[in-house]
Amino acid sequence: MSARAGSPDFPGILRDSGLVALVALFLAFPLVGFHTIDQGGGAGMGIETRFPWVVVAVAAAFVGRFLQLALLRTHAPVAVERSLSRLGEVFQRNTVWIAAAAITFAIVLPMLPFADRRLVDLATLVLTYVMLGWGLNIVVGLAGLLDLGYVAFYAVGAYSFALFALHFDFTFWMALPIAGLFAAAFGVLLGFPVLRLRGDYLAIVTLGFGEIIRIILLNWYPVTRGPNGISDIPRPSFFGLEFTRRPAEGEVAFHEFFGLEYSGLHRIVFLYYLILALALITNLFTLRIRRLPIGRAWEALREDEIACRTLGINPTNTKLSAFAIGAMFGGFAGSFFAARQGFVSPESFTFVESALILAVVVLGGMGSQVGVVIAAIILVGLPEWFRDLQEYRMLVFGGAMVAIMVWRPRGLIAHRDPTVRLGVPQRPEPSA
Amino acid sequence: MIESGDRVPLLDVEHLTMRFGGLVAVNDLAFQASDREITAIIGPNGAGKTTVFNCLTGFYKPTVGRLTLRRDGTEFYLEQMDGFRIAREAGVARTFQNIRLFPRMSVLENLMVAQHNTLMRASGFSLAGLLGLPRYTRAEREALDLARFWLDRVNLTDRADWDAGNLPYGAQRRLEIARAMCTRPVLLCLDEPAAGLNARESYELNELLIDIRDRIGIGVLLIEHDMSVVMQISDHVIVLDYGRKISDGDPETVRNDPAVIRAYLGTEEEEELPEEVAEDLPPEMVRALRSFEDRPHEEDGH
Amino acid sequence: MEYFLQQLINGLTLGAIYGLIAIGYTMVYGIIGMINFAHGEIYMIGAFISFIAFLVLGAIGVTWVPLALAIVLVVAMLFTSVYGWTVERLAYRPLRGSFRLAPLISAIGMSIFLQNYVQLLQGARVKPLQPIVTGGFVIMEGGGFSVYLSYLQIIIIVVTTVLMAMFWAILSRTSFGRAQRACQQDRTMAGLVGVNVDRTISLTFVAGAALAAVAGLMVTLHYGVIDFFIGFLAGLKAFTAAVLGGIGSLPGAMLGGVLIGLIEAFWSAYFDVEYKDVAAFGILILVLVFKPTGLLGRPEIEKV
Ligand SMILES: Nc1ncnc2c1ncn2[C@@H]1O[C@H](COP(=O)(O)OP(=O)(O)O)[C@@H](O)[C@H]1O
Ligand SMILES: [Mg+2]
Repeated sequence: MSARAGSPDFPGILRDSGLVALVALFLAFPLVGFHTIDQGGGAGMGIETRFPWVVVAVAAAFVGRFLQLALLRTHAPVAVERSLSRLGEVFQRNTVWIAAAAITFAIVLPMLPFADRRLVDLATLVLTYVMLGWGLNIVVGLAGLLDLGYVAFYAVGAYSFALFALHFDFTFWMALPIAGLFAAAFGVLLGFPVLRLRGDYLAIVTLGFGEIIRIILLNWYPVTRGPNGISDIPRPSFFGLEFTRRPAEGEVAFHEFFGLEYSGLHRIVFLYYLILALALITNLFTLRIRRLPIGRAWEALREDEIACRTLGINPTNTKLSAFAIGAMFGGFAGSFFAARQGFVSPESFTFVESALILAVVVLGGMGSQVGVVIAAIILVGLPEWFRDLQEYRMLVFGGAMVAIMVWRPRGLIAHRDPTVRLGVPQRPEPSA
Repeated sequence: MIESGDRVPLLDVEHLTMRFGGLVAVNDLAFQASDREITAIIGPNGAGKTTVFNCLTGFYKPTVGRLTLRRDGTEFYLEQMDGFRIAREAGVARTFQNIRLFPRMSVLENLMVAQHNTLMRASGFSLAGLLGLPRYTRAEREALDLARFWLDRVNLTDRADWDAGNLPYGAQRRLEIARAMCTRPVLLCLDEPAAGLNARESYELNELLIDIRDRIGIGVLLIEHDMSVVMQISDHVIVLDYGRKISDGDPETVRNDPAVIRAYLGTEEEEELPEEVAEDLPPEMVRALRSFEDRPHEEDGH
Repeated sequence: MEYFLQQLINGLTLGAIYGLIAIGYTMVYGIIGMINFAHGEIYMIGAFISFIAFLVLGAIGVTWVPLALAIVLVVAMLFTSVYGWTVERLAYRPLRGSFRLAPLISAIGMSIFLQNYVQLLQGARVKPLQPIVTGGFVIMEGGGFSVYLSYLQIIIIVVTTVLMAMFWAILSRTSFGRAQRACQQDRTMAGLVGVNVDRTISLTFVAGAALAAVAGLMVTLHYGVIDFFIGFLAGLKAFTAAVLGGIGSLPGAMLGGVLIGLIEAFWSAYFDVEYKDVAAFGILILVLVFKPTGLLGRPEIEKV
């Protein structure tokens, strides 16, 4: 495949496209060309053909490859690439303004005329993933530890709250710090033995850990109630004011206190602000800690662990702190999740969830805070809004993860700003 | 062996042996290094020089041996310590044969990371730092001052905010030395710092090392192939061959040691000393080698 | 004793299947040093292609079991290999020399993609297949328990053993095998002395996928049900097998597969079935923490 700029080599391109079409034929023939159907009533499985689809797939592969070689190969990717890096820089240079604008928008969102229940609900969901993404970003983006079991900490947070509420009547606000602590403790528990492993082993071990937690939640009936989950988790209150129509004896409800008409929307909006606050705390924390020695050590470890050791940095403890802090934010998000749903079950904590959070981080640009927001909106918000797309969501984000890695391994927003600047004006390079 | 009489050496290596399976990379090596001295370790490729450094800095656990480092009256047995503790407590810093910077962090950040332990303590393990307490702000300012000092010293001040990975090769080498110095070590181990430098950069490197020795007053261990560097700046030379020490002494003694010459060119050397090699060697050595070459020629009949 | 023997047979059958998948992990790891996270999905695709092939053969009236088995075996290996080849080509090759975790993330993306691709095309419901190979015989009886060895178990163990032996021969006798081993040792050098590295890597993926397809076929026959999600767990267990045996080592993968199969069978028999996957993951974590080189693996040298 010659990638000459000038005039394209059409016979070559045709041959190449033909080969791609042939491969597509082999790929599509068995799985697209035939469709298994459940005939029901013990008749077993039947089969039907879908050969026109195969033709479409093969044609699409041919045309796609042809266009890619003939047109895109030379110009478009470079241009897109350049505009994306420029975008990244613009984002970095105007961080303060963009952040201020985004936060303002987030704050006024529920008051906007078009903000109905569905939108606020969706925004809450997106913000949950933004928070999870920011939490995981500490581990993956800053410390460079690929954690495929992040959902385990989310689960620990959610179940801590659920169980403490169930057995000890804890409210959300009492359980929140405990959920974070528990999740962090689990992070340390897992991290201590495994953090010396090489990157990809660590990834698989964390994945295994995530599955272990899920299987335990699923099977430890006496405590977790297994697949039925735990329901009737208390909803969070606003400084002790409940969001109920008729509060319990001796309590005051939110709408009564403020003299409002009762509305189900109050709680939705309150939950939205709650997760917004939690997410912003996560973000502020990350921004701040990145400039502290521990944050720099995380990034240094990501860059070169051996060099770190010769500078006197204890790699295990440093990684452990990143792991535990990331886990803690996962735990906070988990207890919010439990509070919002009023119900937890193991189903919510599958590997797919971990992969989705990881995709948010990877796609956005590892280490980039703005990137996480953009990716969460794209990966969580859009498919949820267009319900028909839901079916294709996982397909698309699996594909997007591959595409992003191949095309921009550092993610959409890959620009990194130093945590400290000397700001000495540049002197021209002395001629050697 | 040179001994400065009553002075206790900074580093005392005894019976150091490192085996990899059947290969004995370092074999019963003993040497000493003092502060305010540059101790050069030379030897052909594969002689075991880097392995010695790896043992000293905790990257390998020596098969046998005692590595004693004295700092402020305390003795540290390096062979028993983890690598990061060697750097943190004993104060041994090193650079690598293949540069290992933090390429996607800025030059200044590289130097700040080197002061991790001081800053970490000042930041109260991040709590004081998170709250922005004055004691942390002060420590950070001091760290910046030290970084600034070394940036000036290695001529990188104007590129302090560059990504380290974007620096030219020679500058990366200097930055790696500056980074090691920012840990405030008592012993600095440099693995072929002049490799790939041009004449001028090499000269500046010599100045820098002499400066570190005389003004900072720490000990320097230097692995080097460039004989002119070794001869000019080192106080003490140790020659390794196949993991064994074959010579030890001041540059003058080592230069004239026939064992060293044999190790470098082999006894069965049939060819004339190539001109490119001769250019790099000091004239005395070339003379010694040239006279040495006669012998194999006499034995041609065998 | 009889019960024990029965579990041994079951465990060996299962282990043979894990071993086949584990070979794919271990070979790819050996040659490009990455965990091909999508390999479990390749196995799942192999199972689906086998399943569809059986249905198609049934529909066109090929009913003689040995013939049907042979055809399905060939068809599954062929088409699944193309998937293996394509995955490498699209998701991994462009990432050689990228940063450390990039291929792994890409592989995870590919795995999610393939799962949902099959789910969209073939539906999410569990697919049952009428038993194709039935029967067997009792080899031992006693204590009110009879040890049963089915023909299918014999087929699985025999086919697996034969394939592994063939594969072993290919790797040690042919020029592909030589190229493969050369690339494992030093890819750059192998390239410099004229080994076609790209082709060798591609062939490695193709071979791994073909073996995974056989595993998929065996599972389809063994359990009689498949769904789009089977690749995840089987993949993880096979990966555990590869790590346990020593990743990069071919005999290690087979040994690890058998051990994991046995552990799973005995755990299910004597302990809590619900937690049998916890056992597998637990072993993975323990092995990685205490003996990352596995049983037969060589330590990786980290030079500075
Ligand atoms: N980790 C290791 N495993 C096996 N052999 C090693 C290892 N490190 C170094 N060696 C071997 O030890 C010998 C000395 O190497 P080294 O110390 O790098 O030599 P030098 O730095 O003097 O050129 C070489 O033969 C090298 O191959
Ligand atoms: Mg060396």
